[in-house]
Amino acid sequence: MKIFVTVKQVPDTSGTVAVNPDGTLDRASMQTIINPDDMNAVEAALTLKDELGCKVVAFTMGPPPAEGMLRELMAMGVDEGVLITAREFGGSDTYATSQIIAAAIDTYGVEPEDIILAGRQAIDGDTAQVGPQIAEKLHLPQVTYAGEIKKDGNTLTVKRILEDGYMTVKVQTPCMITCIKELNQPRYMNIGGIFDCYQKEVITMTYETLKDHPLIDKSTIGLLGSPTNILTSFTPPQKGAGMMLEGDGKETTDKLAGILAAKHII
Amino acid sequence: MDFRLTKEQLLVRKMVREFAENEVKPIAAEIDEEERFPMETVEKMAKLGMMGIYFPKEYGGAGGDVLSYAITVEELAKVCGTTAVIVSAHTSLCCAPIFENGTEEQKRKYLPDLLSGRKIGAFGLTEPNAGTDASGQQTTAVLVGDHYVLNGSKCFITNGSVADTFVVFAMTDAKLGNRGISAFIVEKGFPGFSQGKHEKKMGIRGSSTCDLIFEDCIVPKENLLGKEGAGFKIAMATLDGGRIGIAAQALGIGEGAIDEAIKYTKERVQFKKRISSFQNTQFQLADMHTRMQAAQFLVYNAALKKQAHERCSMEAAMAKLFAAEAASDVTRRAVQLFGGYGYTREYPVERMMRDAKITEIYEGTSEVQRMVIAANLGVK
Amino acid sequence: MFNSSEIEAFKNVWVFCEQRNGEMMPTTFELISEGRKLADELGVELCGILLGDNVDGIAPELGKYGADKVYVYNSPLLGTFTTDAYTKVIVDAVEAYKPEILLFGASTIGRDLAPRCAARLHTGLCADCTHLDIDLENYQNFLREASTLPEDRIERTKSVRLAGADHSVARDLKMTRPAFGGHLMASIICPRFRPAMATVRPGVMKKRENPRTAQILHPEFDLKPEDIKTEVVEVVKAAKKLVDLIGADFIVSVGRGISKDVEKGLALAEELASELGGVVGASRACVDAGWIGADHQVGQTGKTVHPKVYVALGISGAIQHKAGMQESECIIAVNKNETAPIFECADYGIVGDLFKVVPELIESIRAAKAAK
Repeated sequence: MKIFVTVKQVPDTSGTVAVNPDGTLDRASMQTIINPDDMNAVEAALTLKDELGCKVVAFTMGPPPAEGMLRELMAMGVDEGVLITAREFGGSDTYATSQIIAAAIDTYGVEPEDIILAGRQAIDGDTAQVGPQIAEKLHLPQVTYAGEIKKDGNTLTVKRILEDGYMTVKVQTPCMITCIKELNQPRYMNIGGIFDCYQKEVITMTYETLKDHPLIDKSTIGLLGSPTNILTSFTPPQKGAGMMLEGDGKETTDKLAGILAAKHII
Repeated sequence: MDFRLTKEQLLVRKMVREFAENEVKPIAAEIDEEERFPMETVEKMAKLGMMGIYFPKEYGGAGGDVLSYAITVEELAKVCGTTAVIVSAHTSLCCAPIFENGTEEQKRKYLPDLLSGRKIGAFGLTEPNAGTDASGQQTTAVLVGDHYVLNGSKCFITNGSVADTFVVFAMTDAKLGNRGISAFIVEKGFPGFSQGKHEKKMGIRGSSTCDLIFEDCIVPKENLLGKEGAGFKIAMATLDGGRIGIAAQALGIGEGAIDEAIKYTKERVQFKKRISSFQNTQFQLADMHTRMQAAQFLVYNAALKKQAHERCSMEAAMAKLFAAEAASDVTRRAVQLFGGYGYTREYPVERMMRDAKITEIYEGTSEVQRMVIAANLGVK
Repeated sequence: MFNSSEIEAFKNVWVFCEQRNGEMMPTTFELISEGRKLADELGVELCGILLGDNVDGIAPELGKYGADKVYVYNSPLLGTFTTDAYTKVIVDAVEAYKPEILLFGASTIGRDLAPRCAARLHTGLCADCTHLDIDLENYQNFLREASTLPEDRIERTKSVRLAGADHSVARDLKMTRPAFGGHLMASIICPRFRPAMATVRPGVMKKRENPRTAQILHPEFDLKPEDIKTEVVEVVKAAKKLVDLIGADFIVSVGRGISKDVEKGLALAEELASELGGVVGASRACVDAGWIGADHQVGQTGKTVHPKVYVALGISGAIQHKAGMQESECIIAVNKNETAPIFECADYGIVGDLFKVVPELIESIRAAKAAK
């Protein structure tokens, strides 16, 4: 039994975000982090590993420095990393990305007892599409928004969180589960893990590795293979300055209430 | 000297920083206020390998290096001086002397529990009448059959009331002076051993500091650490390592105060300007950072020497002397930059200032460090 | 044989009409209203696709908001949502009827289902859209208002380079959505495949009546129990009444500023909210700290709201929070720190301790109301 986890290195959108004059993101000036929801997927995998002793393999697609992120995951307890990297894969939208990651996972080999875990969505695009689309490309059942996962033999019981409650779903392995932050609290790297992680293996899969896979075709990967195109990107205008009211006493709040009343807001 | 950190050391810093931010900082003010030992934090650190960083995995350690240990203490101290000294005293003053002087049986018996953090360690050298003059030991150990009988008391013992395992020094032959001192591994449950009252302190108030009392305390003969009479040497070598930990603690406290001061001065507005825009603020912070950066070089240098098993008495003394005095100065200046708010407990800088002071005192006062440095220079 | 790249073969705008437990989700009406606008701009029909078990009863109401037709698929296998069953029925329907646009609500169901359908259909999907256009002039006017783009770049949005040639986007669905935590907006198109698919953020599109009698159709379909690989054991509604932030006219939100006395801070927010006839929201910091339930969260990872009045108490105004509330008609901010970024988007700001200001404000509002 193996657990695959898909992870993405993303710009930290909670920090300072720089935008180029042409409206695109200045990625070079931003800190990168491991996508937060993906950390919940990693933790879910490691929790299962603690219990069952199975192997955990992390997959990421990105530029070569993304290997650093795989090392950090290994310092948490992940056994192996797969770095999917090639110029041909650049510019992929969610459809093309899932196609490539699905091909990589398939090349590694999915067995009947295996589980694929993904974060619900990445904070750069917030699409939540890649997990389900990988599942579709691999013809595997999926359960998204997992807030609890229990394993009994080859059956997983997943608490799928909805806006107004939850549903409990049973699914057989192999399957795809996407994880949300309510699922768990990701662990830290540990010191022993840190001193071991550079001894573990990172497999690099390039275009050459994957090009003969049925899912990989120049017309379905990369910028040219992506069904969607970006027409334009832009920053929203800053709203004009409001009115700062002087003081924090009753006269100030009276003044505010007066304005709201005059505008028929209250 | 090359201060570029290895990939592993960079990850250690990243991991401990996250841990400190999320797990340590939120309770730092509370444990100070309540003088409460943060056992929950120790349990978390234990799971992450932080209680046995630079010891081999075969004894339950994390397999790391001394610089990673210094970085860990530094990062913890940035947000909480108490938590930093718990790790430092446990590691440098208990795990290290057992690892460096213990027999294979002693190492197998004591290290796995200590290095995995299941048990906490402490060090008993200081006595009411043997502080800076450690050679004035009044605790005695007499060999009776297959055990030693210890009598006397120790004071100001860090981790004292929470520790399970102690490295304790006692006079086995008073006639021989320093050469009559021996080291013992004492367990909490040994007959005749008790822990005394909790000291109320100015700073590092969450750490446990208490007396150790030996009343006909029975210590098995096999718990003699090193040879009889080797105690003073063991104590001094242990303190060399311990000083690196305390220097790292001082370094972190100072850096933490600078972080807080930068944040605050960029927010605080006076005379319709952020106070960070005043040149006094800028110059103060520039000086503060420069001092702590210099301290960091000294601390890391001492850690690298120890890692390389080179003699590091003078390097450790210089690191501790400089880092401790810099931390006291920097935290005091940070309080000044905060003004009245800095004097209140709403902000952490007053706590940092209180915490910094102890680093000039324990594990050898600044005066002792100067003695060590001067002696190493051959100045008599 | 279905081929998603035969653009000309596709026609009409479709909306996936999400129901739960036989009740239409409110977002469906927002999507039908928006779909009506798009269908009118294209000069085509607007169709709903409704899946469930015995759900004919809720289909006619879609006509009130502009649906011309509703394709209803009833089956006990469709009573409760499963990815497998819903994907199969929708994909089969799309392959049979070839709509050019297919919209879903960006709910936990829509965002599970839509990517799966898009991957099977081999077409593009744009997630969590906040603005949709067909008409180019309308789109460019939207950019003039909602962006800082210079005129020449707005002008250039009329076409894109595709395979070395200019492609006019006049009939493409222009799907606009926030990215990078709301720091950036992006307009996405799906020029080479159909249907163009989007999930639309709930609460963003306005519900507009446009009544007509929707034709209800029951196409034949093929769905067997063995098509469904998952088993829904139970569906549980949250016992606690969830806060309707999206529909609220008044929202009083709290942030980290209540940390000094969380209980009192929340009580003050409740009191102010009830005085205004609104509900309590919160920043992510409060939700993460466990002070208040996640259903109260406003912001990038929470809900997007546009109430008449949004009161931010002790919220610094991180960009992620602003992303969820800056479209509010009137923003009032109370914060101790006069440099807090929340004041940059506030219409009215008071620098002060919320524990002091809010009781005063409640009194002032009571007095102002009494004086009316």
